[in-house]
Amino acid sequence: MVRLDGVALRYGPAAGGRGRAWPEVLQDISFAIDDGAFRWMLGPSGAGKTSLLRLLHLAIRPSRGRLTILGEDINSADRGTLPGLRRRIGMVFQDFRLLPHLSAFDNVALPLRIDGRPEGQIHADASEMLRWVGLLDKLRARPAQLSGGEQQRVAIARAVIARPDLLLADEPTGNLDETQAERLMRLLKELNRLGTTVIVATHNDSLVARHPGPAIRLARGRLVGDG
Amino acid sequence: MAERRRLRPRGFDDLGLKRALGDRMLPALVAAMAFLAALSIAGAIAAASLGRHWQEGATAALTVQVPRRDADAGRVERVLAALRGTPGIAEAHALDDRELADLLRPWLGTDQQSLALPIPAVIEVRLTGTGPDLAALAGRLESAAPGVLVQSHGLWVDRLTTLARSLQACAALVLLVVAAVAAAVVTVATRTGLVARRDAIEIIHGLGATDGYIAGRFAGRASRLAGIGGAVGAAIALPFLIALATIAAPFLNGTTEAATVSADPPAAALAASFDVIASVPAAVWLAAPALPLFAWAIGYATAQLTVRRWLRRLP
Repeated sequence: MVRLDGVALRYGPAAGGRGRAWPEVLQDISFAIDDGAFRWMLGPSGAGKTSLLRLLHLAIRPSRGRLTILGEDINSADRGTLPGLRRRIGMVFQDFRLLPHLSAFDNVALPLRIDGRPEGQIHADASEMLRWVGLLDKLRARPAQLSGGEQQRVAIARAVIARPDLLLADEPTGNLDETQAERLMRLLKELNRLGTTVIVATHNDSLVARHPGPAIRLARGRLVGDG
Repeated sequence: MAERRRLRPRGFDDLGLKRALGDRMLPALVAAMAFLAALSIAGAIAAASLGRHWQEGATAALTVQVPRRDADAGRVERVLAALRGTPGIAEAHALDDRELADLLRPWLGTDQQSLALPIPAVIEVRLTGTGPDLAALAGRLESAAPGVLVQSHGLWVDRLTTLARSLQACAALVLLVVAAVAAAVVTVATRTGLVARRDAIEIIHGLGATDGYIAGRFAGRASRLAGIGGAVGAAIALPFLIALATIAAPFLNGTTEAATVSADPPAAALAASFDVIASVPAAVWLAAPALPLFAWAIGYATAQLTVRRWLRRLP
């Protein structure tokens, strides 16, 4: 379901475009992850974890190599097919990326509204998600009125509300205390058990030690371990 | 249900466009454009009406000059008889000395007799329909009274028609420029909004929003603001249009002059108001409400194009 064959990523001008070519931040990455699998993505800061997650989230296209996500060949995919694919991918960002002018409820409900779901279903599902992450009493709060941990939980609720086939998380426990981090891990494992493919990028070694599992290891933009 | 309404207020603004596309500058600029457009439309309509009116008046008349010859006193009567027997002529009237003097007063002054000029007899001819064949008529009149001069008003008609069409073309050009400027204003406002909401757009794009979804949000906001601006501009222009129509009315039908003659002042005022409103061409009444719709359409189409083009930079 997720397959990379010799994928490389270079920011800056596109190939053949004007300007100085920037160095590749990812080089020759190849791995495959089956449906419903769980993977850690490990590596020090600057190893390329966030760039790789952005590739998997279809926020950028690879400079070279072949990328297949949810059975779709991204290299040859028409631009019009990508929004539908993105709706099947949940993403928890390191910096939350909540919309500051919207309430917690509206932030969580956003994927459903974009998907054109009926308002009744949106209300029920968003309320349920906020209850699930323990923020039902703060559904009208704006992100600025929430703590870092609460914002993280809103971001997680938004990422999973549409029941994605693939869930990507970039340092999801970075703003959580140990108890909340454990709760989040239980939540991710539960989603994985229900069939969602989960990829979690972290450099929290103790968290990985408590939840051992297969890992993609990156160093200086290269894959140094898979499994 | 009430709780649900509070959670998602009407006009849900996920991109924060109420602040990014402010409700002052864009409507104000579009209102100015709509005001200019309304004046241009009124100018075009007035030029068309006046041109038509002049054309109708000029093509419906002829002037026949009969040089006087002492030896042949019955020339004017023969010409009149020939004219009255011609199909397409409604009336032929020989100007008497007083009418002739009135006609020449602007050029020759009041003491025309002392000039001892050989002034021809002048016959005013009113035509029906397309009028007679002028060449044939001139031939018949020449036979009746040699030296007769038939003057069609066709040259004036052509000049007036050209003038009216030129004015209409200018008005159309102004309209095009106004529409282009309005589109440019919406483009600049939309681009400003795109830059201001870049982060929000990227987040929503990442959540699976299509280009159509994002462009629709911008287009909805921009078209609403442009429509409001168009309505305000049209409303401001309306008194000016009525005033212009009032000024132009005597040239077209003289209704405002007639309305002032009344023994009952309030009734006269009311009648005058009705006459003023009636003097505004129907096309102006149609164009005024159409302006906000055009402004709305320009806002919608321009914002859609601008946003969709901008979104191409995202994967």
